[in-house]
Amino acid sequence: MKPARFDYFAPGTVDEALALLAEHGDQAKPLAGGQSLIPAMNFRLARPQVLVDLNQVAALSYIRANGSGLAIGAMTRQRAVERSDLVARAAPLLAEAMPSIAHPQIRNRGTVGGSLAHADPSAELPAVALALETRFRAKSATGERWIPAGEFFKGMLETALEPGELLVEIAIPPLPARSGTAFLEMARRHGDYALVGVAAVVTLEANGRCQAARVALLSVGDGPVLASEAATVLAGQAPSAELARAAGERAASRDVDPPSDIHASAAYRRRLVAVLTRRALERAFERAEKGSGEQGAVPSG
Amino acid sequence: MVTVNGARYERTVEPRLLLSDFLRNELGLTGTHVGCEHGVCGACTVLLDGEAVRSCLMFAVQADGHAVTTVEGLTDGGGGPLHPLQAAFHEAHGLQCGFCTPGILMTLVPFLRDHPHPDEREIREALSGNLCRCTGYQNIVAAVRLASDGIPTPDR
Repeated sequence: MKPARFDYFAPGTVDEALALLAEHGDQAKPLAGGQSLIPAMNFRLARPQVLVDLNQVAALSYIRANGSGLAIGAMTRQRAVERSDLVARAAPLLAEAMPSIAHPQIRNRGTVGGSLAHADPSAELPAVALALETRFRAKSATGERWIPAGEFFKGMLETALEPGELLVEIAIPPLPARSGTAFLEMARRHGDYALVGVAAVVTLEANGRCQAARVALLSVGDGPVLASEAATVLAGQAPSAELARAAGERAASRDVDPPSDIHASAAYRRRLVAVLTRRALERAFERAEKGSGEQGAVPSG
Repeated sequence: MVTVNGARYERTVEPRLLLSDFLRNELGLTGTHVGCEHGVCGACTVLLDGEAVRSCLMFAVQADGHAVTTVEGLTDGGGGPLHPLQAAFHEAHGLQCGFCTPGILMTLVPFLRDHPHPDEREIREALSGNLCRCTGYQNIVAAVRLASDGIPTPDR
């Protein structure tokens, strides 16, 4: 239960970090909040030769308004996002999901970029990022590029980031008027890995019909799953309890092929997909009807 | 250089030394307990710059330049009178074997700072990152309520 030896670097700037990653190639691993990497190292499931600790790179820790959207530095602590008024206003879906991420002790260290780059299929942030059409800014010693959420998550613990590339920022676009969002998950105990979770975004037409919906599910596959079949059920329809139910059933039967493990059977997870999707959509529709993306005073849980 | 419970320490350690092991083995502060070593049990919780963190999920070198508070820091290095939260745990029988207690105390100190008068649901949520296999949590919740009752409410 102790990590194997490694060489340790704690650069103070992004450029220094990128130079170290370029120099050490696939021997090196960036260390963000460490709340997934350090347990894996304690178990010796991960044995990086070189750790590039990003915790001294102060320039990667920020939450900024970006037009009417948001830009968040990769090393921003999850706790800072949870406590941010700006996040609560500009990305209420993200704000609503934060308390479901593990425990406060983990969120005090865990970072936004670390969780996204780790790409655990049962993590909340990848699903939220996918639902919000987040863009990922990746830098390397030779340049930088933007990766859309739909291309960022590649599979189990796998992203589009290349060796030597570092996730430095995410950009969350503003939601259109008459949008509503909701996040829900089911876990055995508060803070445990979710058996299933759902992040829903809906946008209504001026006439009240559903113009577009993005529903992203977690803990049901190799990564966050976009429920595109459920979205087709919703498009152009008037919001109702019946519509939300139909979309939930479609998500459960067509969008997911969930795993069975010691925590839940595939059949139970499928049932949870139907129920949680229905509830999240009902809540998101209600919020969309209340006003342009504004969060209603709906109790969570 | 790290400040622990107000005292400054300077040590040269291997990068792979966990903060939990540094506190126990280098500084002799064995009040910080080591349970699962993968961030689940919460026994090793300490304060880093005033916020609760898992000391088994940090390297000691990462605490360089920061302030750490361990359970010993609640009683002025172990010799002072009990912290009001500790007194409430004593009074309400909020522990049995006591293995989980230091981590629970260090979780609850910042929790009560931010939520001086929590309801039961908030208390149980705050405790969800700390495992106790003796008490069934009942008396821990009672202890938190007792401690909370002792915190003055300025608005009333």
